[in-house]
Amino acid sequence: MEAGAGAPAKAAKPAMNTQRNTFLASMALLALVLLAWQFLPPALDVPKFIIPTVTDCLAEMKRMWVQEGLLGHTLSTALYTVLGFAIGSLLGAVIGYLLGMSEFWEKVLSPYILALQIAPKVAFAPLFIMWFGYNSMPKLLVTVLIVFFPVLVNVLQAMRTVDRDLVNLARAYNLSRWGIFLKVEMPSTLPNLMAGLRIASTLAVIGVTVGELVGGNTGLGFLISYGGGQANAAMVFDAIVLLTVIGFLLYTVLVRIEERVLHYLPKAQQ
Amino acid sequence: MALEFRSVTKEFTTGTGQNLVAVNDISFRVNEGEFVSVVGPSGCGKSTILSMTAGLYQPTRGEVFVSDDLVGGPNAHVGFMLQKDLLLPWRDIVSNVEFGLEARGVAKSERRDRAMAELKRCQLSGFENHYPYQLSGGMRQRAALARTLAIKPEIVLLDEPFSALDAQTKLLLQNSFAGTISQTGKTTLLITHDLSEAVLMSDRILVLSERPGTVVAEIKVDLPHREEPLRRRVMPEVSDYAAQIFKHLKLEEKAI
Repeated sequence: MEAGAGAPAKAAKPAMNTQRNTFLASMALLALVLLAWQFLPPALDVPKFIIPTVTDCLAEMKRMWVQEGLLGHTLSTALYTVLGFAIGSLLGAVIGYLLGMSEFWEKVLSPYILALQIAPKVAFAPLFIMWFGYNSMPKLLVTVLIVFFPVLVNVLQAMRTVDRDLVNLARAYNLSRWGIFLKVEMPSTLPNLMAGLRIASTLAVIGVTVGELVGGNTGLGFLISYGGGQANAAMVFDAIVLLTVIGFLLYTVLVRIEERVLHYLPKAQQ
Repeated sequence: MALEFRSVTKEFTTGTGQNLVAVNDISFRVNEGEFVSVVGPSGCGKSTILSMTAGLYQPTRGEVFVSDDLVGGPNAHVGFMLQKDLLLPWRDIVSNVEFGLEARGVAKSERRDRAMAELKRCQLSGFENHYPYQLSGGMRQRAALARTLAIKPEIVLLDEPFSALDAQTKLLLQNSFAGTISQTGKTTLLITHDLSEAVLMSDRILVLSERPGTVVAEIKVDLPHREEPLRRRVMPEVSDYAAQIFKHLKLEEKAI
């Protein structure tokens, strides 16, 4: 019994060890960077309004929490990130699938899609403010726009490369057009859709931040421009860190969903 | 009559606007329960024959009949399988086998029963909850055969189903397919470029010419053990038949 139980445990051990080693190394690196951040700038006589130390940032974080309503700003940014991401990727996916089903419209629209994809979406922010005023509409629109394209392009690309033989098989089995979409095309494109969503999730944070930077008086983007105006570098640093956390959380959730949805793919990633 | 081609010609228009004749004036019949192979050089329109039988597209001239019905589109009489197993990777094996039944108004519980029965017949019992990537190439092809048989077709079309497999798996799978097919008594049309495979598995062989493909020879394979190619394989007549096909294909003239 000892031998039987020992063999698989032995095989699993090196894998677990490497996993723990990489985690420890990652943590050590983080600690090193934080230490350097804390002690290097003062040692080199860099003033606090250029690079505040870790403890300065933490102290500023506490002050912002109490005096600036940091929680509200953070939640607002998180809300619009998720909202913009959801609306933008839904639109991108729906239009991607529609165009994927109609070769004619895809060919008609593809040059404009390409042009819009290349155009820097964040540059639209001032326009949106002119049109809709200083409310949450502009930042939502920028986010929707920036999220829309990677999802659309990924879905469209995947629809083009669906295995023709699979579609023929479904046709031979008397599936309707809708049935073919639902049972063959849609699932075939899922890996690409998920990849598009992952890219889009990182872009969503950029969209909201730019929207908040340019106009409005709420959100972490606003705190960045406000802190910048006051030469309060610690405030800017804190807002950037929190934005990163929001983006990271969204990305992590998507990776988890992807792992569940695409469980049937042989483990190649990671 | 299970399958009949009456002077069938199929032309395609290529991307450059040229007319390409894939098959030209082909006529043949396949009787019920018969196993017929179609061999020919690559690009001779073998797969065109299959697609027209499956009703995926119509002949330019001539008519195709399956079970005395004129083929006018995808129909329930025909089940086909290709070199690729075409299993849906996101479905487990039993749901893959059920795939063909879903658009045909078969109740859910009956679908499951029929799928399980076919899996058993194809020696895949116990693998119903596996996903395609967890099975070997040979097992995936057996699952594809189970899916093809689950719709209870009158004709089974096999388009080079063994050509992506290694030599040993191929022999075993030919044997298992032949056994399953003779057990079900299905009429079968096998498209292949492997001459010995055609001899081992069929009652009759149609030899096609180069494009535009026409039937240049029809060879009746007068050997026992159609249901067990591994036993046919050791018979001395097999190589005679292969040599005969080889001659009809005029391969020697091309071997320079």
